[in-house]
Amino acid sequence: MTNTLHRFGSAESFADDYVVFAMCARGRNDQDALPKLRKFLEMAVPFKPVNLGDAIHGGALRPSRQMDPTAHWNRDRALNFQAVINGLDSPSTVAAVFDNRVAAEDFVKTAKAADLGLSINISTSVDGAEQCCFAAGIPRHSVGYSLGFEGKTERLPAGDVLLLSTMCGHGMVSHSLAKKMIDWVKEGRRTPEQAASYLTRFCSCGVFNPARAARILETARTKS
Amino acid sequence: MRINPDKCVACGNCTYVCPVGAIYIDPAIRRATINRDECVECYTCFNGLSQEHLNPVFVRTLRKTFQLMRLRFDPEPDVCPTAAFEPDELAWPRTVRRAFSDPRVPHESTGVHGRGTEEVKTNDVSGRVQLGEVGFTIELGRPGVGVWFRDIQRMSWALAKAGVAFEKRNPVTSLMSDVSTGTIREDILGEKVLSAIIEIKVPVERAEEIIRTVWEVEKQIDTVVALGVGARCDEHGEENAVAPILEKLGYNLERAKTNIGLGRATNHAASEARV
Repeated sequence: MTNTLHRFGSAESFADDYVVFAMCARGRNDQDALPKLRKFLEMAVPFKPVNLGDAIHGGALRPSRQMDPTAHWNRDRALNFQAVINGLDSPSTVAAVFDNRVAAEDFVKTAKAADLGLSINISTSVDGAEQCCFAAGIPRHSVGYSLGFEGKTERLPAGDVLLLSTMCGHGMVSHSLAKKMIDWVKEGRRTPEQAASYLTRFCSCGVFNPARAARILETARTKS
Repeated sequence: MRINPDKCVACGNCTYVCPVGAIYIDPAIRRATINRDECVECYTCFNGLSQEHLNPVFVRTLRKTFQLMRLRFDPEPDVCPTAAFEPDELAWPRTVRRAFSDPRVPHESTGVHGRGTEEVKTNDVSGRVQLGEVGFTIELGRPGVGVWFRDIQRMSWALAKAGVAFEKRNPVTSLMSDVSTGTIREDILGEKVLSAIIEIKVPVERAEEIIRTVWEVEKQIDTVVALGVGARCDEHGEENAVAPILEKLGYNLERAKTNIGLGRATNHAASEARV
């Protein structure tokens, strides 16, 4: 799948968006992959990711099946990395999301040294990924370019909305909710961080970037 | 998916979270209702909304009281207060909607969660796209518009006519009744999904021709398309074969996923150490 590839935005807008993910290839290196995938997630935590996830169970901020009504006044927005690591029970795509290049570079260096044998990809601007590879002393193996959106683009919402909603490539973050969150931040009903956390919970594989979302929401607050 | 009318309190939270806008408050019954034609069975409403288990009668009474007094309670926007969503028992061909729309459900054809396959993400292990080749992922319906299979078939027909080979381990290919013509089985043409990915691989020399073919079909279908283009880098990590073609066609290459080449075959049966 291409769930991190087609994020809307200019290369500059990905300066705080680095998704590093690992996966195994079916029939080639999927035997005994589970502990390696778990190791990948564990190694990411010291570099302070802004999200962590696996494609089956979700990210570090999840919806609740039994929400306490008092949560309307004191909602927990803490990222639970350990739940992601503990919940991994079968081979899946696992991802760590960083809001700065230095952390992503340092994590890639660590992943290289760990030599897990998994396929590891960096999803960000073309230049950003090249810089990460250069810093780690790794020549790029392959690249998958996003050519953006085309066709009946008149059916798409405004750019601010797309910046938010396309951070879940599976489409679980709706354009309508993204627009609503922009409006709520404008109205002062929620902070950008609170609004970003609502959106984050809908991403079912943990690649949504709440730090980038909060920045986009803050910028959208004063724009027409 | 269905909404239990005995539980729904018409708070409207779910109308915003549906990726294709298929949920609305029906004024006749004052309950949230799903337009089943438009619903793609992505389960975002069921999986993404947090659930409270409040008494529906109590909540409706509160809401009516607040409305009478023109007061607005400011609840969390990502909650179903009465856990009113109830998954349906889906039958063929509607099961196709969920398979292509809910990323938590793996495709039987590929074993991969999501709508595509591994493409260049495991190219360091699979060797799927070699130097001199270019892999295309043509995703229809993304972002958040959705696509009918009859429109997917228009694209697959055009690509088959151009003589390309479809990736075998791909969910769309697995639903073709005739892969040589790109014909999709008739009983699913009336199904709508959140998005679907057609995957092909061609020599680099044909990249422009394929993109122009995609452009032609885009004019004929009522949805959006997200194009992804995969290429193998040389031994120095450079990719100078495909990017110039794309730039010549007017694309700004802003974002990419980059396989950094740390994978290797480790299964006992896999013979190659690195490709």
